[in-house]
Amino acid sequence: MTAAESATMSSVIEARGLTKVYRMGKNEVHALRGVDLFVERGEMVAIMGASGSGKSTLMNILGCLDRPTSGTYVLDGKRVDGLSKDELADIRNRKLGFVFQGFHLLPRTSALENVELPLLYDRSGRKLDTRALAAAALERVGLGQRMDHDPSELSGGQQQRVAIARALVTQPSVLLADEPTGNLDSRTSVEIMALFQELNDDGVTILLVTHEPDIAAYAKRIVELRDGRIIRDEPVHDRQDAAADLRAFQGAETAGVA
Amino acid sequence: MKAKTLLKVAGQSIVKNKMRTLLTMLGIIIGVAAVNVMVAIGSGAQRQIERQIQALGTNMLVITPGSAMQGGVSQGAQTFNRLTIEDAEMLRSQSFLLSAVSPVVMTRAQVIGGAGNWRTSIMGVDVDYQQIRDWPVQDGVFFEENDVRAMRKVVVLGATVAENLFPNGDAVGQQIRIRDVPVQVIGVLAPKGQTANGGDQDDVILAPYTTVQTRLSGRVFIPQILANTSSPEDIPAAQEEIRSILRTSHRLAPNEPDDFTLRNQNEIAQAAQGTTQVMTMLLAAIASISLVVGGIGIMNIMLVSVTERTREIGLRLALGARGRDVLTQFLVESVVMSVVGGLLGLALGVVASGAIAHVTGWSAALSPAMVAIALGFSGAVGVFFGYDPARRAAALDPIQALRYE
Repeated sequence: MTAAESATMSSVIEARGLTKVYRMGKNEVHALRGVDLFVERGEMVAIMGASGSGKSTLMNILGCLDRPTSGTYVLDGKRVDGLSKDELADIRNRKLGFVFQGFHLLPRTSALENVELPLLYDRSGRKLDTRALAAAALERVGLGQRMDHDPSELSGGQQQRVAIARALVTQPSVLLADEPTGNLDSRTSVEIMALFQELNDDGVTILLVTHEPDIAAYAKRIVELRDGRIIRDEPVHDRQDAAADLRAFQGAETAGVA
Repeated sequence: MKAKTLLKVAGQSIVKNKMRTLLTMLGIIIGVAAVNVMVAIGSGAQRQIERQIQALGTNMLVITPGSAMQGGVSQGAQTFNRLTIEDAEMLRSQSFLLSAVSPVVMTRAQVIGGAGNWRTSIMGVDVDYQQIRDWPVQDGVFFEENDVRAMRKVVVLGATVAENLFPNGDAVGQQIRIRDVPVQVIGVLAPKGQTANGGDQDDVILAPYTTVQTRLSGRVFIPQILANTSSPEDIPAAQEEIRSILRTSHRLAPNEPDDFTLRNQNEIAQAAQGTTQVMTMLLAAIASISLVVGGIGIMNIMLVSVTERTREIGLRLALGARGRDVLTQFLVESVVMSVVGGLLGLALGVVASGAIAHVTGWSAALSPAMVAIALGFSGAVGVFFGYDPARRAAALDPIQALRYE
């Protein structure tokens, strides 16, 4: 069964024949050389690859931050590969949630206000109680007690939780996480992965870019790129349970203390 | 993005970066304050001069010797003095519109008496002089018609002279000597203050012009005749009357130019006001430069801020902000900062011009027009100097901006 055949009505991402060519002076750099990717609702996919494999380019295109040179991209039933900059901005706002490696929180701005931010750019015209929605999103990532804290008063893991709450607050079709654990220690990384797994269990579709196999092992499916092509696309056989790993961490610590 | 949200986003950004905001606004604060203080000083000086000109006297006309032509070559004003006491007498007897006329004869002399000696100007005038200059005596009396006719050696001291010669205030009734001529002090004038040029009007001794001419200066021609009318409306007609009387008196042919110069108080006032207006504009122009410099300061900080906030802009774009949202946010930030800066500058200007008014004793009033201009201008500065940085911010590529370190 090829990837193209696996596309069904429930696909939230349908990308066919994506290519991306950058021009650097006289040279052409082929970052993507024909990528087909289908992601169904409720999936948790890890995109892997060495640097230069094209995984960041793919992520940017899937995140509607960039447009493919050729190929089609249907996001949540809507064709988005030919949209204008402003239309892409609206798609990002309504259908996508971003989590970055560097958290990207506004400094000197409370967690609550940071989470409210995407709602301020909502152009659907509906009346939103931004404060209540942001508070609910923070509750969901376990930061209900720290809504008024500035990023500087939060640990790295907590900051990434705020960023996840910000990505969730618009109830996006896909949550895109670009190396979400890249700036975190291994224990906090597992914590964050546990949160992703929990959200995924609740039905959130997650697309995760990572170069660490340990992190990719928490996903349900791994897509690996090399030189702008997909070289591997398979389900994870022995999927790790982050919550269980976390308990193991705690056990080890208790043992260490004892 | 709704206007309210926009203001909120811009407001948050302004409030949460207090140091940056303060530095940005500083230029505008100083600029607006400077403009307001300068204009307040200028208009204060103008009002001061108006008051001083009013103090010269009311509805006053000044006749001075005019230019003479010798073989077609003008010798300039006051080169050939043909004003005489007879001219003054003729004006007094023939004019219907003039209510007072006084010749003025001037000389400078050393005065000895009382506590010591003092060099001052001696002005020989007629009794009418007191009315024309609206100058009361604070002590004693002014001389009378009889004193003038009899060339009596009586004088009235200006306040400064009285103070220097008789510090105890007992000048009236004393004898003083002007160039070895003994004279009697019969009165002391009330202080009149400075002239528009800064000269001391009270540093003077008034005496009957007959006395000064015969006993002190000996000149026949006189440098000035003062006159006045009872109402300001009469001034233009009175000027015509004076001209015709003097031309007849000087036997000028119809094609000959006047050999005297006639000025009224309004002309003097206008000349002085013109000068101060130019000064005010000059001060305002200099101060405006500081406003422009302030604007450039805003642009500078905004440009730095775009670079510094590249990641933030990238984030906003990733979260769904359109280029226009970012543009408007930066523009609103810049305008809000410059208008708030303008208001603070205005407050500073009010305090500073109040302080200057207190020190100088001028009325340094703040004009509503100036307030409006300062605020309007600072808003315009915000838009003008904020646009380029805002456009740069809006044009950023979200991917590059997010990666920016």
